[in-house]
Amino acid sequence: MAEVEETLKRIQSQKGVQGIIIVNSEGIPVKTTLDNASTVQYAGLIHQLVMKARSTVRDIDPQNDLTFLRIRSKKNEIMIAPDKDYFLIVIQNPSD
Amino acid sequence: MPPKRSKSVTSSAGSKKKGKNTESPAQGEKLGHPEDILPMVLTSATQELFGCRADEDVTGESPYKLLKKDDLIQDLKTRAAVSDFSPAKQIVLNYPEDELLLVFDRDFTYDQLFYLVLTPEAKARILNPPQPEAPEVCENEVHKTGRSEPKPWISLGSEQEIEEESFKESREKLWYKFSRVRRKFGAPVCFSESNIDAYMECVPFQDSRFRIKQMQRDFGMQAVPRMQSSSSQTQWKFKRNIFTRYTPRELSDGDKENIHQCENLKHFCNSVTPRVLQALQQEEIMNVFFDDWKALGTAGDDADWSGKVSEGLMLYQAFTDQKYTKDKKISSINWHPTIYGVLAVALTEKKKEEEAMDESSAVEFRASHIVFYSFSDPSNPQLLLECPDDIYAFEFCPSDPNIIVGGCVNGQVVLWDISAHVIHLQGTQPGKKYSLNADTFDLDDNKENKTPVVRYCAVSALESSHKAPITDVQWLPPTFEVTKLGLPVENKNNVSVQVVTCSPDCALMFWDVRVTKLLSQSGSDRKQNADQKTSYGVPETFKHLDRTWKPLFKVSLPKIDTGGEYAPLKFSLELYTCNANTGRTKEEANENDDGSKVVPDYSQLRVPSAKTLATLEDFNTKLYIGTEDGEIIYTDWKLVKDDSGRQQSAKPLHCFRTHHWLVNTVQRSPFYKDIILTMGSWNFAIWKEGVMEGPIVTSPCSEQVCTAGCWSPSRPAVFFIGKDDGSIEVWNLLEKTGEPLQVHAHITDAKITCIKAWTASSKQHFLAVTDDLGMVRVLEIPKTLYAPFKSETLSVKKYFKLEEDRLKDFMKRDELWAKQKKEAEKLKKKMDPVKPVKSLTENDEENMKEYNVHLEQEESVLKGLGLWTAPADTEDT
Repeated sequence: MAEVEETLKRIQSQKGVQGIIIVNSEGIPVKTTLDNASTVQYAGLIHQLVMKARSTVRDIDPQNDLTFLRIRSKKNEIMIAPDKDYFLIVIQNPSD
Repeated sequence: MPPKRSKSVTSSAGSKKKGKNTESPAQGEKLGHPEDILPMVLTSATQELFGCRADEDVTGESPYKLLKKDDLIQDLKTRAAVSDFSPAKQIVLNYPEDELLLVFDRDFTYDQLFYLVLTPEAKARILNPPQPEAPEVCENEVHKTGRSEPKPWISLGSEQEIEEESFKESREKLWYKFSRVRRKFGAPVCFSESNIDAYMECVPFQDSRFRIKQMQRDFGMQAVPRMQSSSSQTQWKFKRNIFTRYTPRELSDGDKENIHQCENLKHFCNSVTPRVLQALQQEEIMNVFFDDWKALGTAGDDADWSGKVSEGLMLYQAFTDQKYTKDKKISSINWHPTIYGVLAVALTEKKKEEEAMDESSAVEFRASHIVFYSFSDPSNPQLLLECPDDIYAFEFCPSDPNIIVGGCVNGQVVLWDISAHVIHLQGTQPGKKYSLNADTFDLDDNKENKTPVVRYCAVSALESSHKAPITDVQWLPPTFEVTKLGLPVENKNNVSVQVVTCSPDCALMFWDVRVTKLLSQSGSDRKQNADQKTSYGVPETFKHLDRTWKPLFKVSLPKIDTGGEYAPLKFSLELYTCNANTGRTKEEANENDDGSKVVPDYSQLRVPSAKTLATLEDFNTKLYIGTEDGEIIYTDWKLVKDDSGRQQSAKPLHCFRTHHWLVNTVQRSPFYKDIILTMGSWNFAIWKEGVMEGPIVTSPCSEQVCTAGCWSPSRPAVFFIGKDDGSIEVWNLLEKTGEPLQVHAHITDAKITCIKAWTASSKQHFLAVTDDLGMVRVLEIPKTLYAPFKSETLSVKKYFKLEEDRLKDFMKRDELWAKQKKEAEKLKKKMDPVKPVKSLTENDEENMKEYNVHLEQEESVLKGLGLWTAPADTEDT
């Protein structure tokens, strides 16, 4: 538990990080640093996107797998690191 | 022989009753129960014996019990007279079959608890209801489910009425046949006379029976509803959900805890973290999506690579008119806000000094005009506005470009309405020469020769105007207006209705162009007369103001530390654009504008009562004023109550003598609402509102007097200055802050009086320059000067902030130095409390000694160089 916290703190201390969400494989947020409404919204939407991205990658090459997904938007950047059971969502404000 | 017990007919089998023969009801009336059943009482012992205990073996649902005949006979033998079955003894003995039916009659239909069915036929009938009945029953039941159950008709006496009303034959119809004897058919007829008294006459007579009219007649009617059943069904072709409602799935706290403890999560975090950190750091290092190449230069983007990029201001057109502009100088110029290529200049007399002194000499009075030029016709003015006197400043109304307000040299404010001639102006756009109808073609020649002259609609009352020439006039923006006390309130009309003027008679006046309440009563009388135009063809828009126009209120400018007042020349106020206080957002205000571009009828607008309008609380009522002496004042126009309780203008907040002479420009930057450019005498200054220490940028003094200046409307860092010698300087704050970027000398030979920049279209930016000789030159601004850089606004803002910080820092340091100096002096005094004051002569001697030493040194050096020449005259002391 403490390790998880420590890791999150490390990530949070990076410049520009707005929020971190850990979501389980079903898309239910497990841990978050944002408020509930945003968390739930991000989790639901991004979960679908990750599933789609992952299936796309695997369809093209079954040996392949998705390791990282970055969505760059005008206002911020959403980074998603998927894994077997969970995935981690980090929202960062890039310094312009 | 116990009699057979008959089975009871339960109430649910009511339909069975119908199928039954008519014997039972008839017999039921006689005996109280049908013939083939026998009600009996069974004691509890008998009940137990035969296994037909009430409510246990036999119930309401299964009331039938088959009893063996042998058992019954046995019971009869054993118990003889005591047996319950004794009344039916004979029947039991005679019963042909083996089993008898005993029925438990819960409802006491036949007065006893049990019945014995006597005949096998009845038993069969009861136990096995006849088959043909079943489908009927089914049918009946089916019908019953569809409609309500048809019940037999019960006579309530209505058939008697029908009997009375109906017409029935009471006897058989009679018929008679009359005919002649057969043998007389065809026989010749023999007519003869006969006695008339032997005949029977049947005279028609009125039978009284038939005279009575039946007024009322009963007759039966029956309304039959016309029913029609029909059905409809829509086709739901594409089944899909229109709305869904959902809630997100969330884990309960317990679940979350479980997961947190789980090793899995830890592993996951450990494995994923390096990737994430790397990605995050990448972002920090550099922005991969930023196109450096593109951002490098926007100037050379779509410039002509043929090399014809013009760097400087090119002359586009020059306007002059021999008739009207001879010997006049231009005091003010304005571009028409909506019509392309039209500008207006105000011409004033060039008073030579001698003439001005000599007032008795008959100065040739020529009417003063504001002349409208159009790009299509450089040598002929398109429209002339007649002025009562020379105009030094004029402005187009921002919400209605047909209304022009001007300030006269005698202090009056003048209004024009050119709506009648706008079409003429618009028709003179380059390329649209033949806008007039073919009908009036004959009159064309005459018309074109004569430029239309518009007379002014209204002038202000002479006694309440300024006492000195009006040097600056501005419309208040359509977003707010001002009450009599100077409080800013919301403007419900959304059009500009108020004007501010300033003049060196030390006053700023606020004017309202609408009808005031006092005039409205007399205005209604005047309205009837006002239908016909005046003899000069002047439009009626401002008739209510003519000659009686008084200012709303007056702001005086008392000096800060001394007595007296400042003499303002130019001013600039903050243009308030957001109506946040009133709840109306800018979008709404814009919607209102876009919906109906109805130009309001100024003659119909009334000054609303001050109480009905909401005061704008956070409004900035301060303005910057440039004075005759070169001071820039920052003051508040709201009237405050002073000690004596009267409304007075407040003292200015600060005043700086930045310029040495007349201030000729005070202009707000079109990009930042708190940056103001002021120009006067030999330098210019940039101010930021809110910074009280002074201007954030001051330019070094130039050789020529700056006479006119304006910001570029498209680039926040560029502005133009016109000089006394007819040259124009282009300054770019981002490139060089100490000197102009470009100097275009000799644009004109005379002093530049006015300079105004305008964005006519996205590719055409013009700079209008006017001079002392009455010429107007329109220069085209090259792309390098009007195309802003990508982040220019931001850069310039940063630059201003930097300057502001520098200024503040400088002030602080100044204080610091002053303090330090004081302390140093104190220290010095302490150190040498008594220092002999050198006398003057001693000082002189010292000086001479030093001088002699210097001379010797010089001699020796020059001798060394071999250049020593004996001095022509030496002053030997």
